[in-house]
Amino acid sequence: MGFIRRLNDIPREEYFAPGHAFCAGCGITSIIRMVLKAYEGPKIIVNATGCMEVASTLYPRTAWKVPWIHSAFENAAATAAGIEAAFKILNRKYGYNKKVHVIAFGGDGGTFDIGIQALSGALERGHNFTYICYDNEAYMNTGIQRSGATPMGAATTTSPAGRVIPGKPQGKKDLVFIAAFHKIPYVATLNPAFMQDMYNKLVKASQIEGPKFLHYYTPCPTGWRFDTSHSIKIARLAVQTRFFPLYEIERGKLRITVDIKKPKPLEEYLKLQGRFRHLLDPKNKHIVDALKEEIERNWQRLKMLSQLDFIY
Amino acid sequence: MEVKVERQIRTGLNGDEAVAYAAYHADVDVIAAYPITPQTIIVERLSEFVHDGLLDAEFIPVESEHSALSAVVGAAASGVRTFTATASQGLALMYEILYIASSLRLPIVMALADRALSALINIHCSHDDAYAARDSGWIEFFAENVQEAYDLVIAAFRVAEDKNISFPAIVNLDGFILSHSIEPLYIYEGQDVVREFLPRREPIVKLDPDKPVTIGALALQNYYIELKRAQAEAFEATPPYIRKILREYSEFSGRKYDFIKKYMIDDADIGFLVLGSTAGTMRHVVRKWREKGRKVGLISLTLYRPFPVDDLRDAVKGLKKLVIMDRSYSFGSPYAQLYMDVAATLYDEPEKPDLINVIYGLGGRDFNEYTAEEMWEKINRPGVKKIWVGVRGD
Repeated sequence: MGFIRRLNDIPREEYFAPGHAFCAGCGITSIIRMVLKAYEGPKIIVNATGCMEVASTLYPRTAWKVPWIHSAFENAAATAAGIEAAFKILNRKYGYNKKVHVIAFGGDGGTFDIGIQALSGALERGHNFTYICYDNEAYMNTGIQRSGATPMGAATTTSPAGRVIPGKPQGKKDLVFIAAFHKIPYVATLNPAFMQDMYNKLVKASQIEGPKFLHYYTPCPTGWRFDTSHSIKIARLAVQTRFFPLYEIERGKLRITVDIKKPKPLEEYLKLQGRFRHLLDPKNKHIVDALKEEIERNWQRLKMLSQLDFIY
Repeated sequence: MEVKVERQIRTGLNGDEAVAYAAYHADVDVIAAYPITPQTIIVERLSEFVHDGLLDAEFIPVESEHSALSAVVGAAASGVRTFTATASQGLALMYEILYIASSLRLPIVMALADRALSALINIHCSHDDAYAARDSGWIEFFAENVQEAYDLVIAAFRVAEDKNISFPAIVNLDGFILSHSIEPLYIYEGQDVVREFLPRREPIVKLDPDKPVTIGALALQNYYIELKRAQAEAFEATPPYIRKILREYSEFSGRKYDFIKKYMIDDADIGFLVLGSTAGTMRHVVRKWREKGRKVGLISLTLYRPFPVDDLRDAVKGLKKLVIMDRSYSFGSPYAQLYMDVAATLYDEPEKPDLINVIYGLGGRDFNEYTAEEMWEKINRPGVKKIWVGVRGD
């Protein structure tokens, strides 16, 4: 099937069964379903410990219609590396003769924090696999603790909106660039409200040899405290406010794939989510200003870099 | 037994090189390893075999031991033959994945060049790392010398991959004492010879796009305990199959392998029980002591996990005293690790020897005839239960 021109082109066949235990409004199932459709042919999924793993494979049931393995929290990239090596050998030594996609999923905790070493090693060694970070901006599976992906000011159970320290004091790590500067052939950001952009990036990634890193914006009604019907609306606002820019870096060339000429006010995004509610108190205006400055600097940086023929 | 020298080559290798040759001759498919003394020579030689085109394998030079074991978990789950090697801190870093490899029933083979755990940092032999893996569901062998290190790695692949076993296996070789000592040994002429004993792995379950399975699911209060019970029963059922394979390997190699080795034990009053290379030293000591009229004998374990309960009960019959030598220390336990296994093994026996625990050799402290003599003097003191030997100032 390959690239799509409209959403109707997305194949109807599902490889992820209903009846799993994900929360209503969770963004995770969209990326699973689209990956399994966009990566055509044989595939093997590796899952880090986290929401995706626990909600989809509660023994003795599984929602996966493709081969799937979970080993531990921090080692999805290393496990994927072993599988990729095994299939290289099966092809070379034993005549297996099939191209198998190896796709690893980790949450932001499993990727930004505890799994970054294994990820870096696998990217540097150049394994032919895709790593997808489903980023819901905190350790949601253990009960909403802050991670290196939690944005500045956000309240979590370990960065609460306290009287003295209102939310997370630090900003978000730029893992997309950290991954990119392993000089890998493809990185991209994905958002479920921009399905065509996301789907075509998945198709592109599936056709590129070498390590691919995809960063998926994952709305979390439980952790971010919003109405479950607002998931896609919030995801869309994240892009429209330039909070989560959509871009790709293909063989060193950066391209913004969804240009936001007139960004919406950040407050529209913040006010829908309980995790940011305290920021709208006038005494916390300095945090919103800092967030806005970070967003602006990030956008300007992407704009400038997109002018270059290559950034690595 | 007859050594089939026509298909074996007499050569000299250190323990690490012998292990590397064994993995090469076993025609391993995926190796993931990280350098750590005293195991490093293993990964160096295997890298050479792969880079020179002698061994058709994928060598993954991972960024940590945690990833080394994780990568071979992925590869083993894909159905191929896998190998890794580590020591000490590296095993400690792998610890989390040890249990996963065993619980997923993945037949990984790992060489462990036994080394003391920090702190203080030390690169020489203790059995801290071997003992750290004891509860994790890995089969564990101990090599006494370089020949055994080579043979046991080849046998370990057959054991791990056997359909009635399907558990990962560790082959322990004492750091430096075996890993870096060159000894004469027989190795096979090549992969073709070994393939007769060790055919290509036939996995029971694997990651196969044509036959999807979910491996490593979440099991909570309603299933976990049944799955652990099943794993425990499967592990407890392995000894007869391990014994059968060791017998087959003995036939194949012309070198005898079983769970335990006995030396002058049948008419002995005092027995010594050891793991690893100290068996060689103690065999020499026992012979000398016999000349002095001391009625002593030796038992050494080739199989440490599962613990060879029946063999040991049988071997200690008639002993007045059994001296259990531990090259490690278990803080807060009444005795060190090997002693506690032996005590539990013999507790229900109507007649059993008095047990003494000897702590020796930590961090590579030499254990020789003089240390043995010190041990003899101390174990014959009245009422002695736990002693240290070879310690400065004693």
